[in-house]
Amino acid sequence: MSVLTLYNDLNSFLILGAILFGMGVYGIVSRKTFIGMLIAAELLLAGASINFMAFNRFSAPDPVVGQIFTLFIMAIAAAEAAIGLSIVIAVYHHYKSIDAEDTVQLKG
Amino acid sequence: MISSTPLTTAPALFSVDGLVGIIFLVMIAVTIIGGFIACSSERLVRAVAGLIVCFVGVAGLYYFLNSPFVAMMQVLIYVGAVAVTISFAIMLAAPEEQKEISTSSPLVGPLGFATAALIAGGFSILAIKTEWPVMAKINDGSVKKIGIQLLTDFSMVFELISIVLLIAIIGALVIARVRREN
Repeated sequence: MSVLTLYNDLNSFLILGAILFGMGVYGIVSRKTFIGMLIAAELLLAGASINFMAFNRFSAPDPVVGQIFTLFIMAIAAAEAAIGLSIVIAVYHHYKSIDAEDTVQLKG
Repeated sequence: MISSTPLTTAPALFSVDGLVGIIFLVMIAVTIIGGFIACSSERLVRAVAGLIVCFVGVAGLYYFLNSPFVAMMQVLIYVGAVAVTISFAIMLAAPEEQKEISTSSPLVGPLGFATAALIAGGFSILAIKTEWPVMAKINDGSVKKIGIQLLTDFSMVFELISIVLLIAIIGALVIARVRREN
């Protein structure tokens, strides 16, 4: 098992997906602005998509299903980005800030 | 095209297989560096640039997973549409001046990093320790097969996705509309 044959190994893709997922979790926890959290959420979805595609290539009997699932994830991510960013712009119009610590009107 | 059988011997560095392996390592590096910039940079514009770099790397990984169609859609949808939308939102909504005083606890960064490292490490260990079953392929996963399955087996989901996208477009327009003060 050489470092140059890593692309034929399922584990390298799974570990890469886990690293991307961890980066997304770190971004969501540590960001203060809504747009930063949205960017981190896109990283989470990229990690999940890599997992689907890796199992699709190495383990699943039908290599079409994973690709279609990844396409659906992309469509959902696009819809989520559009809705989320319009909410961010509406919040900015109302509060003049996109900082998550400033929008505390409903805080109990 | 990538051979489907795993290689047993280590390829030479400048053979075809060796160069493919080097390109794969470059794609991994591009993905991880882009993701690191996207989740840790101070300015949001740099984070979006890192996100674009990360998505290009992920598209290269999809190509290694025998799916050039999904790689193309990744570049088209994420790099072409989502990243541009986020950039527009930053230009419209993000004030560039940084807030000097932060009310959040200084523990947020290290604790978040510890949580993320635990999750990533746990998933990695789980992936390595598990014996994943390998089943025989029943088709080749080509673009033609994807199109046929999208319009036969997955036609219901296909229609639902299009309705979701339509509602998302209308909802985004309604939410972001500037209301007139009466």
